Amino acid sequence: MTEALLEKPVETALNGPGPGTVYTETLIFAAPEQFVKDAPYQLAIITLDGGGRLTARIAGDRVAIGDAVEFAEYRDGIPFFRKS
Amino acid sequence: MRPVAVIGIGKTAFGAFPDRDLRSLAVEAGQKCLEDAHVSPSQVEAFYLGNFAGPSFVGQNHLAPYIAGAMGINGVPCTRFEAACASSGSAFFHAVSAVGAGLYDLVLVGGVEKMTSQSTPKVTEILAGAGDMKGEGKAGATFPALFAMIARRHMYQYGTTREQMAAVAVKNHANGAKNPQAHMRKVITMEQALAGKPIAEPLTVYDCSLISDGAAAVLIAPLERAGEFTSKAAKVLGVAQTSDHVALDEKDDITTFRAVVEAGKKAYKMAGVSAQDIQFAEVHDCFTIAEIIAGEDLGFVKKGEGGPYVLQGCTALNGPRPINTSGGLKSKGHPVGATGVGQICDIVIQLRGDAGERQVERHSLGLAQNLGGSGATAVVTILGAA
Repeated sequence: MTEALLEKPVETALNGPGPGTVYTETLIFAAPEQFVKDAPYQLAIITLDGGGRLTARIAGDRVAIGDAVEFAEYRDGIPFFRKS
Repeated sequence: MRPVAVIGIGKTAFGAFPDRDLRSLAVEAGQKCLEDAHVSPSQVEAFYLGNFAGPSFVGQNHLAPYIAGAMGINGVPCTRFEAACASSGSAFFHAVSAVGAGLYDLVLVGGVEKMTSQSTPKVTEILAGAGDMKGEGKAGATFPALFAMIARRHMYQYGTTREQMAAVAVKNHANGAKNPQAHMRKVITMEQALAGKPIAEPLTVYDCSLISDGAAAVLIAPLERAGEFTSKAAKVLGVAQTSDHVALDEKDDITTFRAVVEAGKKAYKMAGVSAQDIQFAEVHDCFTIAEIIAGEDLGFVKKGEGGPYVLQGCTALNGPRPINTSGGLKSKGHPVGATGVGQICDIVIQLRGDAGERQVERHSLGLAQNLGGSGATAVVTILGAA
C-alpha cells in the first residue's frame, strides 16, 4: 500500500481507480516465474469511466470485452477489478 | 544519403544448442558473413550488435567488443543496441545511417540471443521486461498475454478468427520445414494448430514463436564499392525505425502498430515504391496475430482484412505475395536479438535466388519488418536486387 500511495493521488490510492469497461482481456496459463502459483489468471485492460486505461487483474467471475467492472482491491500493489 | 548495399550475410542455424555459448554463435555468424563478402576482420570499420537480454540470459555485459575481439575485430567502435525483439533491426538501421552518411565504408551488423539455458518461466519473466514493468508487467502480463489481448480486440473489432491465426502457423511451419537452418522443421495441420495447449487465451502454443538460440550478421558498404567485394550485393532501398508507447494500455488502438505504419510509410517513400510493389516479405510473427496485423499495417491489405488474406493462401510460398518464406519466427525460431538481422539475411537469400525449395518466383524486391515489444519499436527495410 505504501508504494501505491506514493505513486497515485491520495483518493485513488484509498478508494481505488475505476469503475470502467473491459477493453480487452486474456486468461494466462503460462505465467512468469513470480506468478506461476496464480495461473491460470485473468488479466484485462480496463477503459476507466474517468478517462485513460489501466492493466489490471480480474477477481471472481471471468469478464469479456464490453463488461462493466469496478475496483475490488489492491493485492501486493496490483489492482484487481471485478464484474459490477 | 549515399546508397548502401548488403555485401555479405551469415547465419547460424536457429535452435536449442546446449553446448554453444552466446559468443561462439555470434562469432560463427560474423565469420560466415565476412567470408561471404570476401572481407577480412581487419577491414571492418565498426561493429553494430543487436542483443536484447544477454546480461539477463547469460550474465554477460559489454557484448559488442566481447564478440568483436573474438572475431579479430579490434580498435574500432563496437556498440550494442537494445530495442527488445527489434534490437538487431535497430542496429541495422543505425549502421545503414552511418554508412549512408559517409562515416564508415565497411560495417558489420550482428544480432545474437542465447535463450535456452533458462527455464521457460524465467525466459517469460525476462521477455516481460520488454514491456512496462511498473504497470502491465507488475500485474502479471507476459508477452503472449499482451498479444493475446491484441488478438481478442482484433477478433472483436474485425471478426478475425482462430482459424485465420492458425493458418499463419500452418503456413510458416510448411515454409520452415524447407529451411535447413530452421529451429522446428515440422509441418503442422490446422487441426493440431487449433488444439494446441493454451498459453494465454485465445493463443495456444502454436500461435507463439519459439524460444531459440542463434545469431545472424550482415556486412554493409556503400553501393558504389559493392562490386569490389561481391557480385551478389543487395541494395538497401529504404530503411526506417520508429517508436511508440511501451505500455499496451497507453495505445489508443491496439489492433494496429502505429510505429509499423509510420516506418512502412517512411521506408516506401525512401525506396520510391508502394506496398503493392513488394513481391515478398519477412514479417515479425512473434505471435500469429502479429503477422495478420503486419499485413494490414504495411498496406498489403486494408485494415481488418489481414486474417482472410492469410487463410486464402495469398501469402503462401506459391501465393501472389509470399510472407515468411524462411518459416518466420514461428518455425525458423526467434532468438530475439538475432531476429532483425536474420530477416535481412533471409530477404537477401531470396534476392540472390539461393533459397532452394523455398525460392519465390518474383524476387527482385523484398521487405523486412522487425517489431520490438508490443510495438514500441519498429524497423522496416526494403531491399532490392543489385
